[in-house]
Amino acid sequence: MSDIKQEDEILGKAYDAKLMKRLLIYIKPYKKYVVFAIVMNIFVAALGPLRPYLTKIAIDDYIANSNYNGLMMISLALFGSLILQAVVQYFLSYYTQYLGQKTLYDIRTQLFEHTHKLALKFYDRTPIGRIVTRTTNDVESLSELFSSGIVMVFSDVFIILWILSFMFFMDVSLSLVSLSVLPVLFYGTFLFRKKVRESYRDVRLHLARLNSYMQEHVTGMNIVQIFRKEKDEFKNFSKINSDHRDANIKSIFYYAIFYPSVELLSSIAIALMIWYGGGEIINGTLTLGVLFAFIQYTEMFFRPIRDLSEKYNILQTSMASSERIFKLLDNKTFIRNPENPIKLNGVKGKIEFRDVWFAYDDENYVLKNINLNINPGETVAIVGHTGAGKSTLINILTRFYDINKGSILLDGIDIRDLDKRDLRKFISVVLQDVFLFSGNIQSNISMDNDEITEEKIIQAAKTVGAEKFISNLPKRYKEEVKERGATLSVGQKQLISFARALAYDPKILILDEATSSIDTETEKIIQDAIEKLLVGRTAIVIAHRLSTVQNADKIIVLHKGEIREAGNHQELLAKRGIYYKLYQLQYKDQELLKT
Amino acid sequence: MKNLFTLKKYFLKYKTDLIWGVVFILVSNAGTVYLPILLKNAINDLQFNTTQTKMIEYALLIVGTSILAGIFRYLIRQKIIVVSREIEYDLRGDFWSHIQKLPLRYFQNTSTGNIMSHATNDINAVRMFIGPAVMYSIDTVMRLVIVVSIMISLNWQLTLYALLPLPVLSVFVYKIGKLIHEKYIRIQENFSQLTTLAQENFSGIRVIKSYVREANEIKKWNKLSQEYIKKNMKLVRVQAVIMPILYIITGLSIIIVIWIGGIKVIEKEMSIGDISAFVVYLGILIWPMIAFGWVMNIIQQAEASMKRLNKIFSEPYEIDDSEQTIHSIKKIKGEIEFRNVSFKYGENLPAVLKKINLKIPVGTTLAVIGHTGSGKTSLVNLIVRLYDPTEGEVLIDGYNIKNIPLDILRTNVSLVPQESFLFSDTVFGNISYGLREINEKKVKEVSAIANFDKDVESFPDGYQTIVGERGITFSGGQKQRASLARALATEPRILILDDSFSAVDTHTEEEILKNLRNYMKERTSIIISHRISTVKDADLIVVIDNGIIAERGTHDELIALNGIYADLHFKQLLEKELEELS
Repeated sequence: MSDIKQEDEILGKAYDAKLMKRLLIYIKPYKKYVVFAIVMNIFVAALGPLRPYLTKIAIDDYIANSNYNGLMMISLALFGSLILQAVVQYFLSYYTQYLGQKTLYDIRTQLFEHTHKLALKFYDRTPIGRIVTRTTNDVESLSELFSSGIVMVFSDVFIILWILSFMFFMDVSLSLVSLSVLPVLFYGTFLFRKKVRESYRDVRLHLARLNSYMQEHVTGMNIVQIFRKEKDEFKNFSKINSDHRDANIKSIFYYAIFYPSVELLSSIAIALMIWYGGGEIINGTLTLGVLFAFIQYTEMFFRPIRDLSEKYNILQTSMASSERIFKLLDNKTFIRNPENPIKLNGVKGKIEFRDVWFAYDDENYVLKNINLNINPGETVAIVGHTGAGKSTLINILTRFYDINKGSILLDGIDIRDLDKRDLRKFISVVLQDVFLFSGNIQSNISMDNDEITEEKIIQAAKTVGAEKFISNLPKRYKEEVKERGATLSVGQKQLISFARALAYDPKILILDEATSSIDTETEKIIQDAIEKLLVGRTAIVIAHRLSTVQNADKIIVLHKGEIREAGNHQELLAKRGIYYKLYQLQYKDQELLKT
Repeated sequence: MKNLFTLKKYFLKYKTDLIWGVVFILVSNAGTVYLPILLKNAINDLQFNTTQTKMIEYALLIVGTSILAGIFRYLIRQKIIVVSREIEYDLRGDFWSHIQKLPLRYFQNTSTGNIMSHATNDINAVRMFIGPAVMYSIDTVMRLVIVVSIMISLNWQLTLYALLPLPVLSVFVYKIGKLIHEKYIRIQENFSQLTTLAQENFSGIRVIKSYVREANEIKKWNKLSQEYIKKNMKLVRVQAVIMPILYIITGLSIIIVIWIGGIKVIEKEMSIGDISAFVVYLGILIWPMIAFGWVMNIIQQAEASMKRLNKIFSEPYEIDDSEQTIHSIKKIKGEIEFRNVSFKYGENLPAVLKKINLKIPVGTTLAVIGHTGSGKTSLVNLIVRLYDPTEGEVLIDGYNIKNIPLDILRTNVSLVPQESFLFSDTVFGNISYGLREINEKKVKEVSAIANFDKDVESFPDGYQTIVGERGITFSGGQKQRASLARALATEPRILILDDSFSAVDTHTEEEILKNLRNYMKERTSIIISHRISTVKDADLIVVIDNGIIAERGTHDELIALNGIYADLHFKQLLEKELEELS
């Protein structure tokens, strides 16, 4: 088995100045606050190291001199510094986390807005799961960097500096002696982090293998069972499972070595102090209090050093995620809006295709030399076999894609000179595969547009005949719609999408009819709904219903990207051409149903 | 705790290691606890006249004891934590071998994500209990007993005062751990809402763009993001309390020692060395007290996870050999018979197959045709016992297949399922999947029959090319032909093709069918298809409609019948004409 590497798995280098610079831009709006947080951190960092110094005073000045009052005062001072540290620490960590969350919010918003601007071409090429991961998980993994990473580095460094200052202030030579273990501690901690990181990567790799094995074999369990491979597969599984175990056991080794070693190091530091400091005390050049304080300092060192070494991990994950995020933000697959769009205040609804050519990949033309005139108020039915280019015709009219050659005119104006939003406001599209959003019936009809009043929604629902089933729902228009409308039937979903189109009252309607395979009763309702939908507008219908083609003003027969026949139902039947064949294939059965 | 009791057998398996682990904890604690005593003595000596050599002695003793304790600390992890990984391994192995035997029904009702989450998250939660939880609770209890008794021997009053804040620490960590867990779950919920919204938006981008609702969707997203911040900040509010409270409680203990201890020193009841020992002892106790609260949470989560795992372990296999299995059956000839077979996927669900009666003689080919959802796939799934019929019986060679050993049945009947599924292995590995030993000749032979050999030759590494994301992505047709070859390689007595040519073009299909003719001569075969061209040469054709056999006969007979089959035939001719029209 080769190594598992997916785009989301690769761990890049830990630091990339360019990426970091770009990330820091997001902090800019909060610069003042960040600086304040850092300054506060420097201040709080002193409070911890202050306490051993105070205990030194307690021992040398008060206990040694039997000063009860002084001892009480110093105890209160210790307590005071403790409380102060706790309080400031609390607000500070709350505050920095808040700043971090704010920054993440900004990034998340920017990403989401950006993706909504991208053209359908981008969505065709990119798996949806990947876009979702970018806007959610990848942003999330920046959280540590922004919420604690940047500010806390300062705090850790300053704690160490404060400890050093207090130590050197009290006794230089003893400081030097006890600090002699410090380089070892530094080196050991960073070595440990490195080893743990490596072994953690190893563990992750094996875990990923284990997961992908299980994922794959749960999906293909029927194959495993049909071929009676359970025993062999169990052997394979056990191998992967044991590799995972062994990788973990290996990482236990590092932990098992590291923690006792740290304890050993602090013992060595204490031993050194007893040896050297003890000698100084015997000579009378050192007090017991100082020794006592130093013993406390040796234990204080470890945490900031460990924290600093962890920052490396944070940096590494942040770099990897930010690289992916920026890559998406740099994607500029847009359908451009004209710089000075022609403003439309209303449209009549005349559509003209002039020598239109279109290819999704700039090579294989799906539409060839399309010429078509649709007058205001006309209904045009588009028919054709699978792959004839029917859906493409719709896609280019709303500028989901831009055409390669020719032009499409709305009321005589090239649609590329119009504002995209204007264009789409005048044209409503009802797709075959009805997409419902989670929310309720009402929000799905209005698409949360405040301009569409409740009356309008109800009116639309009534017109398309959706009122009946909606009023039977327990909460009527407020009935919850689950993800993708899972609780509704196919027919109900279609009626909702009709109501949606109607509520927007477009001048031009594009309808991609669903192939009729629902019960006759629903079929009747839907037929009526379609009829009402088409009244008074220019309509282009990809027709799957006999009633639709029969009622259309004009039928256009597309075949392999070209318009091959045009005319009304009777004319085309009489021709005995492509339409006649399509009729027998798709519509004839419905004739039987009608009678 | 009753669910975690299931783990007893695993604990027993590693009991020697675990007992050693406990012994090591004891020894290392003895060392750890001895250090402050050394320190105390050294400092006490320093207050009176002492010598440099005495101090060096102390220093060496401290280092020596520390090394000894360290070695045992190392060994503890190497025993107990390693055992937890071993048990995790065993548990996951048992989990998987159980999962493998569960019926298809289970996998259709349970999402893959769900099963995965049990195999990773739940097993991990249980592992945390076995390892860290067990280790820290034993460690904590031992330390507590030893340290507290020494502290009391030094001065019981000071011990009482100094330890007063520590139980609060345990309770605090326990409570806050719980609180954090709750808040965290809320955040997760909100996060999954964000994910759902993103998922929905990107899937429905066409509708959103059509109705120019981008701005509105962004507003929704921002609102949800705001809420997400709020939920996060609620967690932060709790989390931010942890460090300050830890400081206060532990710091308070030390201040008490210095103040009250200081007074006692002044009054000559205690020495500075005693005080130092106290401070160091407090340091030793703090972590176990924190761990104690943490461990309580781990145990609770492990219990919940183990409950879920036990539920899976109690899922019945449903389809397995039983007491009625006739183990003397070693071979299958290949006659299949359906006797009054009805089938439904669930008790309250409608019948998918209704009273099917059908007999397929040895060596003949049956073709099954019908609309999507008419019950064709269910019919053939019954033959390999992916499901058992609700009523009636399926017989092979006159035996009810429930009584044929499952091994014999499945190795002799090969089903090529509708959805071709290939493993991310080499092409060779996939095709020889059902073979017990490596047989290069056979793999090439069946690849040729499935008309797949030329495709393989065009791959960069031939038969050694990896299939899937990490290698070459197959087209639908290639997948189908590969899985056909995989089935052919096993030389089954009965071959079942469930719509196995749907993504293969008609021309290739004809060639494969021609190749298959010879292969299938001696074998019984069933071919499901939508295409008339695939089924027309079969010995018998049945049309399934709504769970019943609506028409049966040969191609000519069915055309003459002028029913569903004839209509399908006519339409497919038309389609062909349309396609050929330039």
